[in-house]
Amino acid sequence: MFKLKFFLPAIVFAVIVALFIVGLQRDPTIVPSPFIGKPAPAFDLPELMNPEQRVTENIFQGQVSLFNVWASWCPGCASEHELLMAIGTQSDVPIYGLNWKDERPAALKWLQNRGNPYKAVAVDRDNITGIDWGVYGAPETFLINADGIILYKLVGPLTPAIWVEEFMPRIAEARGENIDK
Amino acid sequence: MKVLIHKLNVFCVLLAVIFVPLAWAIDPSESLPDPEQQMLYEEITKEVRCLVCQNQTIADSTAPLAADLRREIRRKIVAGESETQIKDFLVDRYGGYILYKPRFEAWNWLIWLAPLVLLLAGLAGIARFAKNRANMPIDRDAD
Repeated sequence: MFKLKFFLPAIVFAVIVALFIVGLQRDPTIVPSPFIGKPAPAFDLPELMNPEQRVTENIFQGQVSLFNVWASWCPGCASEHELLMAIGTQSDVPIYGLNWKDERPAALKWLQNRGNPYKAVAVDRDNITGIDWGVYGAPETFLINADGIILYKLVGPLTPAIWVEEFMPRIAEARGENIDK
Repeated sequence: MKVLIHKLNVFCVLLAVIFVPLAWAIDPSESLPDPEQQMLYEEITKEVRCLVCQNQTIADSTAPLAADLRREIRRKIVAGESETQIKDFLVDRYGGYILYKPRFEAWNWLIWLAPLVLLLAGLAGIARFAKNRANMPIDRDAD
């Protein structure tokens, strides 16, 4: 009994240090999405190239896909664009875009200059769908399964390392589950 | 007389320096005509975190996202939604972190309960100490 009393302050101190080590290494600017494991929020927006067409959350049905929030004013979007092009053209994962808080001419010019990795781009100029999806910056990339359930959300630019470590295993798993059904 | 006017001028400049920044924070184009709704609007925006500039509320922030959220909150207040409905809307989309006063949820129960637990532990400690002291042999020599 005496021994426990003697070590108690040291134990309490060690617990506090452990909490600080974990807590201070977390990045507070990355806010976890409450949508993980939930259906993609509904939207109905005009398409960027063909404004008379509508893009809705139904596009996610039937295959694992990415939903990438981007804007022509966003530097992080420029840095990830090359990788998006590679994924959009060389992999079998379709990328859908959400052109967020952007001007149409600037967005069209962006795709003309850099290439278009998107199967379709929904235009959300006034940040209506963005708020419904909990978007708080660009770029953000959602991974969505064939049933339209959000599996993962990346805040910030996509990099090859993040693609391999975070996206590829989840995509493989999502496809495996679908085969079992 | 000249000196007095000069002093008055200095005083006015000082007043302006102090109060102009306060005035900037209030954008008249964003106010609601109904004073009760305006009060609710100010109350809610003061409790919502701006996720782009995390140590500011959306009432203080000039970030575009904060402006969008203020617009959405104004729209909902005019549509007659309650404070709880509006906060639910934000928490459903951005998580509990968006509220400066987070609700009691699975992820933060420890922080909410910690004061109560510490208080009970302290009371238990005092009770034990008092009991031990009552059981101590009485020191006759102290008389």
